[in-house]
Amino acid sequence: MFRFLVTRLAYLIPTFFGITILAFAFIRLLPGDPVTLLAGERGVTPERHALLMIQFGFDKPAWQQYFYYIADVLQGDLGKSVVTKQPVLQEFFTLFPATLELSFCAIVFAVVIGLPAGVVAAVKRGTWFDHTLMGVALTGYSMPIFWWALILIILFSTPPLSWTPVSGRIDILYYFDHPTGFMLIDSLLSGEKGAFTSALRHLILPTIALGTIPLAIIARQTRSAMLEVLSEDYVRTARAKGLPPWRIVGLHALRNALIPVITVIGLSVGVLLAGAILTETIFAWPGIGKWMVDSISRRDYPSVQGGLLLIAGIVMIVNLTVDLFYGLINPRIRHRR
Amino acid sequence: MNKKLSTTALGLIMALGVTAAEAKTLVFCSEGSPEGFNPSLYTAGTTFDASSRQVFNKLVEFTTGTTNIEPGLAESWEVSDDGLEYTFHLRQGVKWQTTEGFTPSREFNADDVVFSFARQWDKEHPYHGVSGGSYEYFNGMSMPDLIKDIVKVDDYTVKFVLNRPEAPMIANLAMDFASILSAEYADKMMEAGSPEKVDLEPVGTGPFQVVAYQKDAVIRFKAHPDYWRGKADIDNLIFAITPDASVRYQKLKAGECHVMPYPNPADLEAMGSDPDINLLQQEGLNVGYLAYNSQMAPFDNPKVRKALNMAINKEAIIDGVFQGAGKVAKNPIPPTIWSYNENTEDDAYDPEAAKAMLAEAGVTNLKTSVWAMPVQRPYNPNARRMAELIQADWAKIGVEAEIVSFEWGEYLERSKDVNRDGAVLLGWTGDNGDPDNFLAVLLGCDAVGGANRAQWCYQPFEDLIQEAKTVSDHDKRAEIYQEAQVVFKEQAPWATIAHSVVFKPVRKEVKNFKIDPFGGHVFYGVDIEE
Repeated sequence: MFRFLVTRLAYLIPTFFGITILAFAFIRLLPGDPVTLLAGERGVTPERHALLMIQFGFDKPAWQQYFYYIADVLQGDLGKSVVTKQPVLQEFFTLFPATLELSFCAIVFAVVIGLPAGVVAAVKRGTWFDHTLMGVALTGYSMPIFWWALILIILFSTPPLSWTPVSGRIDILYYFDHPTGFMLIDSLLSGEKGAFTSALRHLILPTIALGTIPLAIIARQTRSAMLEVLSEDYVRTARAKGLPPWRIVGLHALRNALIPVITVIGLSVGVLLAGAILTETIFAWPGIGKWMVDSISRRDYPSVQGGLLLIAGIVMIVNLTVDLFYGLINPRIRHRR
Repeated sequence: MNKKLSTTALGLIMALGVTAAEAKTLVFCSEGSPEGFNPSLYTAGTTFDASSRQVFNKLVEFTTGTTNIEPGLAESWEVSDDGLEYTFHLRQGVKWQTTEGFTPSREFNADDVVFSFARQWDKEHPYHGVSGGSYEYFNGMSMPDLIKDIVKVDDYTVKFVLNRPEAPMIANLAMDFASILSAEYADKMMEAGSPEKVDLEPVGTGPFQVVAYQKDAVIRFKAHPDYWRGKADIDNLIFAITPDASVRYQKLKAGECHVMPYPNPADLEAMGSDPDINLLQQEGLNVGYLAYNSQMAPFDNPKVRKALNMAINKEAIIDGVFQGAGKVAKNPIPPTIWSYNENTEDDAYDPEAAKAMLAEAGVTNLKTSVWAMPVQRPYNPNARRMAELIQADWAKIGVEAEIVSFEWGEYLERSKDVNRDGAVLLGWTGDNGDPDNFLAVLLGCDAVGGANRAQWCYQPFEDLIQEAKTVSDHDKRAEIYQEAQVVFKEQAPWATIAHSVVFKPVRKEVKNFKIDPFGGHVFYGVDIEE
């Protein structure tokens, strides 16, 4: 197990450098530069343009900029945003808890509904339940998030139903400190009456909008993994032994079917962060998705680079954790070495 | 507002320390986060809405809802006969806001004015480089070349000395970048080693002060209790940052906000018929145009330009591109600007006559291109569609046009080129409500190879706009600009296409909200009736 961990960690180093190069090159390949875009129709004289590019350090050759950048990154400095002049790291971590909170709820929502649904569909294979569920899952998987989110808002947030708030993280009139950045926790800490409920109600629609695609993927993956496992020899043996069906499905089959499902859950972290861009824009959710889009369109080089690096880092860590999880769940992987 | 707001309002009232039981809170669903809270450092409307338009005052200000100038922190001013010296007499008894981080020990005086401008003007000023200081509007309005000196005459008199006469100077000083910041606060923050706080936690003399800001989520303001024009009618002002236009509309319907900017054109009809919503509208301070390259044959011939103008069906563009949220433009300046010439005659849509005029000019089988911007702007919500309509119109008179487009930054750069081929769709939104800001900036000889996309330098026009810069008499200036508009129309360097119509949906309980021609949102003077 230890050697496994060390090898996996060693892989992270070249991946990290690969990402820094990609992040660095990607934003510079786009035409236009931050100074021109900030000026807009008003324009900026060539002299002033040159002066500002020097101020930002964008006048040096690209390889030189890259080495300065790497040197800074290794010291934990991701630079300052060209637009707001604030440190990138600080902006990222101010906004990140919001994305994390939403993504966490979305994944919990997807697993809690998707997993049992997939299991039931596999057990009742070929029935109307199975067909309906897979039909719904396919629809959910193909639905554009921005459209789905707006439909949810129009249905549930405006009169006549008005069950949920339209957007934001909490009712605008609650005003308290945010020591953790997680609204559910902060609202409890604040001790304000009704704050937690308000935060929870604000989470419902974004969670559904963001969680629908992972839910569909998880349900479909669970179903096919279960079908495979249910035809294995040991399941037949268990049946022959006369074990009750819930034990066969719930313990023996599900546990082994979980491996591909966990992989899918791990990979959907990337999907969630991509989906967060649209979900956050629509629900006015102050997270990193919206921030990245704004940064790209303004050619805010330091923010885009820093943001990509941090997001890639998070995806890498999640996938590493998933790899480690396999061993815990499945003894066949744990003991193979 | 619904019950939910009024019950939770109580929590807010206690949190803000407001004693009155019936504190009034107005929620504005703004479209994005501000870049910061110092209007001289940044250029986005979101920044101005969050700073200069609520928190700060200027020496002179625009009367809300108009482009007219009224006294602000300067009670009165005089201009010397040669137009080179502007003397401002400052208002006394103006109180600075008291915030969590700063308690003022004195009232507003000349030091604050000198500080606010010297920071932007003097490269040696200790605050010049703070917050990565780049003063785009100060530079863009040519202030560094224009200002020779800024002198504190006494505690309540400041004199600006200019290098050359510049009639739009007063209008420039009403712009957002000319907001007056506290010199005392700046000194204290410099001593404390955190000068950038001045730009993040603003202290102004204006009607609202910032209480808290969470990026991409919310900005909280409260009324400045000692505001010199009198305390605002609303006690709390909240910006709920909501980037998606459809969602802003849903929030407005659900009663989660009172005012929203930039509605989707597709939602306008429903807004107009909603009994809970007042749909306000006004022509925007902008113009969308098609600029020929007047230095390149055959577009160097005014007759050819005129003929092409006559072939464009502008009414169809208003319907198809603006979905009614626009007005046909005949002059290069919008009707909300003084000196707008009502009497100029627009080129009538007449393909037959246009065809004959082209033939008369000896132009046959003309092939050219129309440039379409890749982005949505107030003066042109869909440039691609507009270009297609123009392409079809021109095809009817035998002119073949190809549509080209580039990424926005590239588009702005390449369209400046004097040797560029084809006609460029672009536009302009006014900065200071002065005609000079359109006519000289976009059509003056100095701007060829820059903002003058028509590359048009026509001496009779240039003489007029240069003369108008040196005249300080308002009526005389207006007369000169009206004449300039006639010359423009005869020469037709552009096809003037449209002025947008700005729509502002507000809930019916909101009183006295006025559309700001500069695209801003001003909440002083606004009230809520329960």
